[in-house]
Amino acid sequence: MSNFLGLILIGVGLAFDVFGCLGLVRLPDVYNRLQAATKCVTLGTCSILLGTFLIVGFSAQGMKALLCIVFLILTAPVAAHAIARGAHRAGIKLCDESCVDRYKEDKEGEA
Amino acid sequence: MSESEDIKFLKWVVGTIVFVSLIIFIITCPLPFLFYKKLPFVAFYSRAVFIILLASSMCLYRIARGPTGADRIVAIDILGILIVGFCAVLTICTSRSWYLDIGIAWALQSFISTLALSKYLEGKGFDE
Repeated sequence: MSNFLGLILIGVGLAFDVFGCLGLVRLPDVYNRLQAATKCVTLGTCSILLGTFLIVGFSAQGMKALLCIVFLILTAPVAAHAIARGAHRAGIKLCDESCVDRYKEDKEGEA
Repeated sequence: MSESEDIKFLKWVVGTIVFVSLIIFIITCPLPFLFYKKLPFVAFYSRAVFIILLASSMCLYRIARGPTGADRIVAIDILGILIVGFCAVLTICTSRSWYLDIGIAWALQSFISTLALSKYLEGKGFDE
C-alpha cells in the first residue's frame, strides 16, 4: 500500500518539476521565471523525497530523505529571496506588461 | 511586423514539435536495461530518470540563452534542486544509501553558492 502511495507521490513530483522548468523556459521576465520555477520545483522535489521515504521505509535512506526535505524547505525560499533582491538592486527592469512595483515604492518612501 | 509574427509562429511550432517528440520518446521507449531487472516497477523508475533529464535540459537551455546574469543564477539554483530529486530516484533504483548523502551535500552547497552569486549581482549594481 505504501509502495503505491510512494509511486503516486513520485509521479506528482515529476509533473511539478517538468511544468516548473517549462515556466522557466517560457515566461518573459526574471521575476516571473523565479516565481514559477522555484515554488514548483521545490514542491516537486520534496514530493519525490517523500515518496522515496514511503517506499524504502524507516531505514537509513528514509531518514536521510526526511533530512533532505527539511534542508530544502529551509534553504530554497531564502535563496529565491536573495536572488530577487539582488536582481532588483542591480537594476534589471521588469517586463512591459507588469503594472506594479512595490519594492521600488517602498525604497522611494524611505528615502 | 508580419515578418516578426511569422518568425515567432515558426519558433513556436518548432519548439512544440521538439517537446512533444521528447515526451513521446520517453513514454514509448523506457530503456529498462539501465537498472537490474528484478526491481519492481523498473520501467517507471527509468522513465522518471529520463523525465528529470528533460527538465534539467530545459534549465541548461536557460543557462545558455539567458539575457541577463540573474536568469543564469536562477537556472543554476533550479538545476541544483533537480539534482537532489535525481539522487533520490537513483537511491530507490540501486538501493545504495550514499546517493542521498550526495543529495544533502549538493543542497547545502547549492544554497551557499546561490547566496554568493546573488551578493555578487547586488554589488555589481552598486559599483556602476
